[in-house]
Amino acid sequence: MLHMTAGEKVFQFFLILFITLMSVAMLYPFIHLLSVSLSTPAEAIRPGLHVYPLEFSLEAYNKTFASSQIWIGFKNTIFRTVAGTFLALFMMALTAYPLSKKYLPHRSFYTLFIVFTMFFSGGLIPSYLLIKGIGLINSVWVYVIPVMIQTFSLLVMRNFFMEIPSELEDSAKMDGAGDFRILLSIILPLSKPIMATVGLWQAVNHWNAWFDGMLYIQDPSKMVLQMFLRKLIVSGEEQEMNAIMNQAPGVEIVTPETIKAATLMVATLPILIVYPFIQKYFVKGIMVGSLKG
Amino acid sequence: MEQAVHEKLRDSSKRSKHSVWREYKKYRGLLLLLLPGIVFYSVFHYAPLYGIQLAFKEFRIMDGIAGSPWVGFKHFNTMFFVSNQFGTILKNTLIISFLHIVFGFPAPIVLALLFNEIRLKVFKRVTQSISYLPHFLSWIILAGLLTTILSPSTGIVNQLIASLGFEPIYFLGDPNYFRFTLVVSGIWKEIGWGTIIYLAALASVDPHLYEAAVVDGANRWRQTLSITIPCLLPVISIMLLLRIGGILDAGFDQILNLYNPAVLKVSDILDTYVYRVGIGQFQYGLTTAVGLFKNVVGFMMILFANYAIKKMGQEGLF
Repeated sequence: MLHMTAGEKVFQFFLILFITLMSVAMLYPFIHLLSVSLSTPAEAIRPGLHVYPLEFSLEAYNKTFASSQIWIGFKNTIFRTVAGTFLALFMMALTAYPLSKKYLPHRSFYTLFIVFTMFFSGGLIPSYLLIKGIGLINSVWVYVIPVMIQTFSLLVMRNFFMEIPSELEDSAKMDGAGDFRILLSIILPLSKPIMATVGLWQAVNHWNAWFDGMLYIQDPSKMVLQMFLRKLIVSGEEQEMNAIMNQAPGVEIVTPETIKAATLMVATLPILIVYPFIQKYFVKGIMVGSLKG
Repeated sequence: MEQAVHEKLRDSSKRSKHSVWREYKKYRGLLLLLLPGIVFYSVFHYAPLYGIQLAFKEFRIMDGIAGSPWVGFKHFNTMFFVSNQFGTILKNTLIISFLHIVFGFPAPIVLALLFNEIRLKVFKRVTQSISYLPHFLSWIILAGLLTTILSPSTGIVNQLIASLGFEPIYFLGDPNYFRFTLVVSGIWKEIGWGTIIYLAALASVDPHLYEAAVVDGANRWRQTLSITIPCLLPVISIMLLLRIGGILDAGFDQILNLYNPAVLKVSDILDTYVYRVGIGQFQYGLTTAVGLFKNVVGFMMILFANYAIKKMGQEGLF
């Protein structure tokens, strides 16, 4: 900062000003929503900036958390995130390990078999009919099983395994350890960084996923949080909104605006809270993620 | 003579079959680990290919995929010559994708160059993290945010517009503004995340180049033009080709959560049409045909992108 010419100083000033404005544009919608969710109905529709509520109320959260549907949504979302992520890591490690070995017979054929699916698929209707045909409609496993392996993540994992020196496995082989043992006791402990990255990708995808639920799940007791939000906010279904607004009558009133803001915050806050701690793993993963044929 | 050659050929083919069998036997443990993955891909990615035949059939639920009667190219005829709906959705897909490429593609490149110029390290790190944030939220949540922020009566954006003396704009309900809203909100969500790959490329530029340029008296602007941008060009071209390869993907998640009947005619794309008409109205045959068109053209576009990337002397996708 010290050895800059006057021109560079002016440039730095405007650069920092511009980037600050951009950051405000990125963050403001979330601050606005948080503020509205904590407001009284009159405050919620006040014109102008909403940085913090001038008239504070927790009633929207009271009603939201009193709704059984939001808890059902949370339960199913947590199920798919936890079960889906661990199952995906297991399946992907299992598949990536053999593919990382140059001596695997027909290795390039199996790799092509997998990579081809990134670029060509049957389309929505054939996939829908398949899921229907194998009886996964209205089963919570439809959230987890069809997305057990993500091809891009699989290839990232395979590339990481390829970098592990094979000498490390040799002594275990001498001792007669099988391939599965080697994967579990040698490869996986060395692959913690890539497992963290890929695991977090899967977890965020599962937390945010909604389309599979919309296609395959009709039973309200199996709906995920995002699906519930979609009904409330995007499709604007009054039945769902009234179910929240009319329950557990409190002293204060609520409006659809504050309820919407509160439910959106409830689904977003978990991500906002863990985000500062995990975002560096995502960025690292992108760097490792260069595809090699 | 001839017979000897034949015998030799037969012998060698026998030997190679034999050795493949031996290889499979030798590595059976490894192949066993691969088996669940191969089964997964066969069931969830290859079995649906069987359903593509519906594009040439009239689907009847009672008869299933195999039993439904063949109708030849009837659905394709409907798409291209009878109904004008397909023309509209194809046009919408291409226009929206094109707008995303023209405005959305350069945005992260510019932002990465700006980030690269910031001298305050902590400020740079914090603002970068903030810029990645919207990438991690679903379009359902962002649709909720956008309807609040862009509301014509109470939204902050329209209050700003009103305070400048203009009429409020129905960003999400006016066909004249809807595509613009799609492009801007798309940039808002992905601009930060998109910088990562360019920042990685910038970090690998040889610092000696800049030192030499400083000796030659080049200012920062000159350095950006003569060193930084040429060093980024290979990455930029690969990313652009991949983006063009995916031109028929115009943002299904985004549009499905933001569109409404008022803007349907400017925002209905191939994917939303297949979902709405296929799943919603049970027109499986016609929408499988639309999906097949999209997949075949998309596949050819990717092959072209891969060919072009290799032609540039870069490592291709496959």
